[in-house]
Amino acid sequence: MTNIVIQVTKYIMLVLILLYTLATYRYLTLKTHKGRNRACGMQLFCMYALHLTGYLAIILYTGDHTMFYFYLAQVVFFTLYLVLFRVFYKKASRLLINNTCMLLAVSFIMLTRLGPERAIRHFIVTAAAAAVAMVVPVIVKRMRYLWRFGWLYAAIGIVALGAIFAFSTVKHGAYLSFDIGNLFSLQPSEFVKITFVFFVASMFQTSISFKRVVVTTVAAATHVLILVASKDLGAALIYFIAYLLMLFVATKSYLYLFGGAAAGSIASVLAYKVFSHVRVRVQVWKDPWMDANGDGWQILQSLFAIGSGGWLGAGLYQGMPEKVPVVRSDFIFAGISEEFGGIFAIALILICLSCLLQFLWISTWMDGMFYKIIAFGLAAIYGAQVFLNIGGVIKFIPSTGITLPFVSHGGSSIMSTFIMFGIIQGLYILKQDEVDRIEKERQLERRRQALYAQRYGKGPAGPRQSGEGRRGNPSGRGTNKKG
Amino acid sequence: MVMFLATIAYFSWYLVVKSKDTINSSYNARLNTFSEKVVRGEIRGKNGEVLARTVEDSEGNEVREYPYENLFAHAVGYSDSGITGLEAAAGQYLLTTHLNLLDQVNNEMEEVKNPGDNVVTTLDPYLQQLAYDALGEYNGACVIMEPGTGKILAMVSKPDFNPNTVSADWEWLISEENTDANLLNRAAQGLYPPGSTFKLLTTLEYIRENPGTWENYQYECEGSMTYGDSVMSCYNNHVHGLLDLRLSLANSCNTSFATIGQTLNLDSFHSLCESFLFNKELPVPEGMEYKKSSFVLDGSSGLSERVQTAIGQGRTMISPLHNALITATIANGGTMMSPYLVERVESPDGKVVKQFMPQSAGKLMTADEAATLTNFMVAVVNEGTSPSLQSDSYQVAGKTGSAEFSSNKEESHAWFVGFAPAENPEIVVSIIYENGGTGGSVATKGAKKIFEGYFSR
Repeated sequence: MTNIVIQVTKYIMLVLILLYTLATYRYLTLKTHKGRNRACGMQLFCMYALHLTGYLAIILYTGDHTMFYFYLAQVVFFTLYLVLFRVFYKKASRLLINNTCMLLAVSFIMLTRLGPERAIRHFIVTAAAAAVAMVVPVIVKRMRYLWRFGWLYAAIGIVALGAIFAFSTVKHGAYLSFDIGNLFSLQPSEFVKITFVFFVASMFQTSISFKRVVVTTVAAATHVLILVASKDLGAALIYFIAYLLMLFVATKSYLYLFGGAAAGSIASVLAYKVFSHVRVRVQVWKDPWMDANGDGWQILQSLFAIGSGGWLGAGLYQGMPEKVPVVRSDFIFAGISEEFGGIFAIALILICLSCLLQFLWISTWMDGMFYKIIAFGLAAIYGAQVFLNIGGVIKFIPSTGITLPFVSHGGSSIMSTFIMFGIIQGLYILKQDEVDRIEKERQLERRRQALYAQRYGKGPAGPRQSGEGRRGNPSGRGTNKKG
Repeated sequence: MVMFLATIAYFSWYLVVKSKDTINSSYNARLNTFSEKVVRGEIRGKNGEVLARTVEDSEGNEVREYPYENLFAHAVGYSDSGITGLEAAAGQYLLTTHLNLLDQVNNEMEEVKNPGDNVVTTLDPYLQQLAYDALGEYNGACVIMEPGTGKILAMVSKPDFNPNTVSADWEWLISEENTDANLLNRAAQGLYPPGSTFKLLTTLEYIRENPGTWENYQYECEGSMTYGDSVMSCYNNHVHGLLDLRLSLANSCNTSFATIGQTLNLDSFHSLCESFLFNKELPVPEGMEYKKSSFVLDGSSGLSERVQTAIGQGRTMISPLHNALITATIANGGTMMSPYLVERVESPDGKVVKQFMPQSAGKLMTADEAATLTNFMVAVVNEGTSPSLQSDSYQVAGKTGSAEFSSNKEESHAWFVGFAPAENPEIVVSIIYENGGTGGSVATKGAKKIFEGYFSR
């Protein structure tokens, strides 16, 4: 009987996430406020309903009534998050807020199913991170001088990464994190990627002379090399991709893009030759069966999980995701795919893709070079992270050991993702403000013209450029102004 | 963006195409838990005969029953004390149910397990029994295939065991005193020197290296010859006299082939053998356990090894299944068909869930080459070493072999590979008798029984 309930909830959740995904893409195509609001409403309905269905299944299956309170706490959290964002940041991108909640809801259900204790801890960390990150948009919006600190960002980044390389503990064969007490471990590379983006944006905002490019590249390469030395190859790859794309956006030079890509390829081959753990990863990717009990174990277990779940999934508690090593963090996609199904997993990819599209859209939209590069850099980081994570889990590419933003367990990952989304929100709000102001000025101008015509008869008003009023906006080299 | 879509595409591809094979692995712990919800389905013969089924014993426990007892021991395998054969390879199908949804819900309500899907194999109990009887008391193996499709119609390995009592007999089966290795499926996992059956490939290599002139090949057999410091002799020092290539094969003339072996380009011989899957994975269905055949001769090998290898001795090793594949390739006009054992998967209410189709594993020789070899193999029966296989109602094409496995020349395994009818092959037989004695007599007799039985049905 329980099994039937589990199966029914499985189908309900499948339908809900499909509806949600549909609403997400409707939102992206719609232009009117009314239509978008309706799409957002649909999203929120699906999110809450899916969250409820998931926890109903959990409570029914485990018979653990305390889970009900855990569920309520989450509902309160989501509601507070949504309401506070609406109150403080009326102009924020609702799509990103809703996606955040949806990804978290799926994550909470899966993590609770995998083990309530750690799920509760993760929830607390998430809530704290969300609260802290609440101030990020306002910082981005108000502190217009963030672009002045170029070298400071680089210094922070290099010191933090260097410290980790020098002092940290080894986990899964890599120097990743500081342990703070027993409770908490801090993974600086998650945060440094943000200072890294700010650093590159600051450097290129004032100049893209060859000298500047060389200097910046050297500093960026230092970041990457420390990560490589720490064996955090996934992060190294993300930094590298992000830098290359930011360089391209700043300079529009295909030479840099392809030259960089070529250099990256050569570096990968070198890494393959030099580092045994790189070779292992690649070999395991090529043929996991060769060492099925050893290095191939993880990816095989992941493939078993995904394959056994099939398109429709096994249903909550009906699979064996716990057989997949690190299923909570890096390999959570395998667990989700097993129990929620392949279709659900694809919907999840599409939701991540919609976040990426929003990031990219904001990037092309921003006028100032500094903000443009930041948005693009964050988009590159987010996109690369999702791609490397999921691609690794499904053996599309060699596994690099990184988390899936908002879905994976892990405080540093959650915190840095919240900050990234917060920055993007800040940029979005900046732009919205500007649009509104221009709109207002236009209205004012129109009214003034009307008044002028009324008073002095027909005659042209003095031509006034409406975009002049921007103050203190770091608009880069003065190019790219759209007016 | 493109990367994301590529990821989705790969993910879908994995789920549609690849995942069935991947998850059907003994490393996948999920397989065991399926049996908590599903009663293992039946394994059936070609015509629906039950080869394995799950029944309840008097105490209500599920027991796996094998009505044919020892007959299918290796092909079907067992699922107690480990899991082998089709029980392992088709385990995923047996433990998945495609029963209609209504009945499934009904079973769920009544807390009854759903019956798993049934697997219909290509195995033909009639032929399996023929092969089993043909082997008689000998240790050895026999594979019968359909050359045009790659269907394995029979696969026997001896000594065998009774899968119904494998748990009870387990201690004995794996004990050190028992040197029979009953559990080993010799048909796919046993490696033997191919003996004279290998001369088929030596012949093919000679034909390829001497296009247009091989028909002029002549050799005067004097019963023995010297090479280096050693002597090579024909079976019983028989003097075959003047031979061309066809009669060299028909009479399995060692000295003639030793001479040919000395002329061959060893690197191209090596690559020919690799194209016939020596040292390579065989195109067997996923989950089938087998051993890779080996061929070590190359340009750096010495004279003795060249000569020995050309007549099928030396360090070359082959499984009966692989030898059946090579023979089937000749029978099938040069195209190797991937062997398979599962014909289709059916839901408990009889609907076809999955149908397996014949698949080509590659065109390994031209139709002309295949016809030439067939012609030579007919000569083996009509003019050469195996006259007892002559029949009025069908024409056999074959090749015998005796594979020496020790320094004592009297001790050797007896091989036969062949097919019938030669002009339109229906079945391929590959049979080996361990310690069956020299010459082809034991193996030829066994093959005769199988062909007689097949054509008299």
